[in-house]
Amino acid sequence: MSDSFDDLRDLYQEVILDHGRRPRHARRLESFDASAKGDNPMCGDRIEVWVKYALDGTIADTGFQARGCAISVASADLMAETVIGRSKADTHALFDAFREMARTGSCRHCDASLAEPLERLEPLAGVHEYPSRVKCATLAWHALVAALDGSKEASSE
Amino acid sequence: MNVTTRPALLDVARVRADFPILEQRIRGKPLVFLDSAASAQKPRAVIDAMRGAMETQYANVHRGLHWMSERTTDAYEAARDAVAALLNARDRHEVVFTRNVTESLNLMAHSYGRGVLKPGQAVVISGMEHHSNIIPWQLLRDDRGVELRVAPITDAGELDMDGFEALLADGRVGLVSMTHMSNVLGTYTPAERIVRVAHAHGAKVLFDGAQAVVHRRVDVQALDCDFYAFTGHKLYGPTGIGVLWGRRELLDAMPPFLGGGEMISSVTYERSTWAEVPHKFEAGTPPILEGIGLKAAIDYVQSIGYDAIAAHETALIDHALARLGAVEGVQILGRAQDRGGVVSFSLDRAHAHDVATLLDRQGIAVRAGHHCAEPLMHRFGLDSTARASFAIYTTHDEIDYLADSLARVREFFR
Repeated sequence: MSDSFDDLRDLYQEVILDHGRRPRHARRLESFDASAKGDNPMCGDRIEVWVKYALDGTIADTGFQARGCAISVASADLMAETVIGRSKADTHALFDAFREMARTGSCRHCDASLAEPLERLEPLAGVHEYPSRVKCATLAWHALVAALDGSKEASSE
Repeated sequence: MNVTTRPALLDVARVRADFPILEQRIRGKPLVFLDSAASAQKPRAVIDAMRGAMETQYANVHRGLHWMSERTTDAYEAARDAVAALLNARDRHEVVFTRNVTESLNLMAHSYGRGVLKPGQAVVISGMEHHSNIIPWQLLRDDRGVELRVAPITDAGELDMDGFEALLADGRVGLVSMTHMSNVLGTYTPAERIVRVAHAHGAKVLFDGAQAVVHRRVDVQALDCDFYAFTGHKLYGPTGIGVLWGRRELLDAMPPFLGGGEMISSVTYERSTWAEVPHKFEAGTPPILEGIGLKAAIDYVQSIGYDAIAAHETALIDHALARLGAVEGVQILGRAQDRGGVVSFSLDRAHAHDVATLLDRQGIAVRAGHHCAEPLMHRFGLDSTARASFAIYTTHDEIDYLADSLARVREFFR
């Protein structure tokens, strides 16, 4: 029998499967400056994100603990990898761009300065074809932005 | 391995021909609909009945003095007779139409909980309830001080009868509100025993029959229960109509639920009086077309017969437990002896949502998540499971296809 899951490779790219299975940043930070929880009441996915700032206010480190699907764990991990070293303002802009990409497949009007980090997040663009899964990809970002903004909780609803 | 247990009574091919939607292809593959516990598909008889009513005899019910209204009233009230016969109710007036089971349970929490139960009394539910049989009682507790007690369940996913009885020992329990069949575990609760124990301690019993009535004949006299709720759309009928059956003297003693037209006897600004049951609980224009559709659904189910349905589904469950249980990495949740047509499971390598997305690509519709039963999931240390649920149109081949597909999903996530 041919692998009829082939057409799912746009959603479950090797990068996603890899980061979903072996996330590099799935850990609680020993010391942190901000944290927030995110949950998706529709599906029960939960995540907690911790952030440590550098002296210049950029994100020095971030980690997370998540219970959720491969998409949500991989997205959290790629997010952590991408935002380390970025300012809060950059991270907010990147979130907006990522959200558009997750919903539409691309971010056509995005600032050129976001091209490099967006490319790293590109493996998640496939979720736009699965409307019920978009929130899986954005949950970690909602939690991160809540932590940056000083809120304690976020929801992807 | 279960060939010998296949029922001779139910001709699945003929049943499937009654459901137009099953001819659909999904992503180029035949639709394998294993999500009937969420909402079942509709036979042509239901579709035709509702369309026919709209095309030939539609009007508002109960107050029109014209031919259309009289015809429609007759058709709508015939649904009440059909429900009364389905449940073996003594009196058609004991059948109250609601929107769904959620509304039936909220009606109970409102009218029985606030009108009959007293602060300091308690309501007992079980550890395997749908949120709709938890939240209304929490709201009642917080509003009126009616205690909420939760009867424990065993690791096998069955009601712990000793634990249940212990909750009733102090005589303060006024009502037991419990699922008749778990939407997650498939467990049938031992309804007759529950009623005997509850009545012995002075408590009335309400069953949430949303799942149970689909798979088995429900006889409220044989169960000896006091209230029973079910919904149309899981019983191959339309959405928007549910049922609360209750014993006449109990319904008579309850205050109204929603206020408005249809539920009154007389109205002045100073004082209004209520219509007799069931209309006391049926404010506003009722779900007319949905009632007509429900009647058609009940007639359809009765024409197949619960003996055939139960035999068919027992065979499906046995087959599913054997086939899914044999797939490496699949863990089935719940091992109740007495169970109906739902199987919840998890896969070691993939989250339930990923499983559901991959199965969808094979044309298989399953549910994934907490199934509106978060406390139950936490009882088993889970956040979510995938759930396959079966209906009269489900085939053994579909279960084989699910099992084979699950093995391939696991391979995908290796």
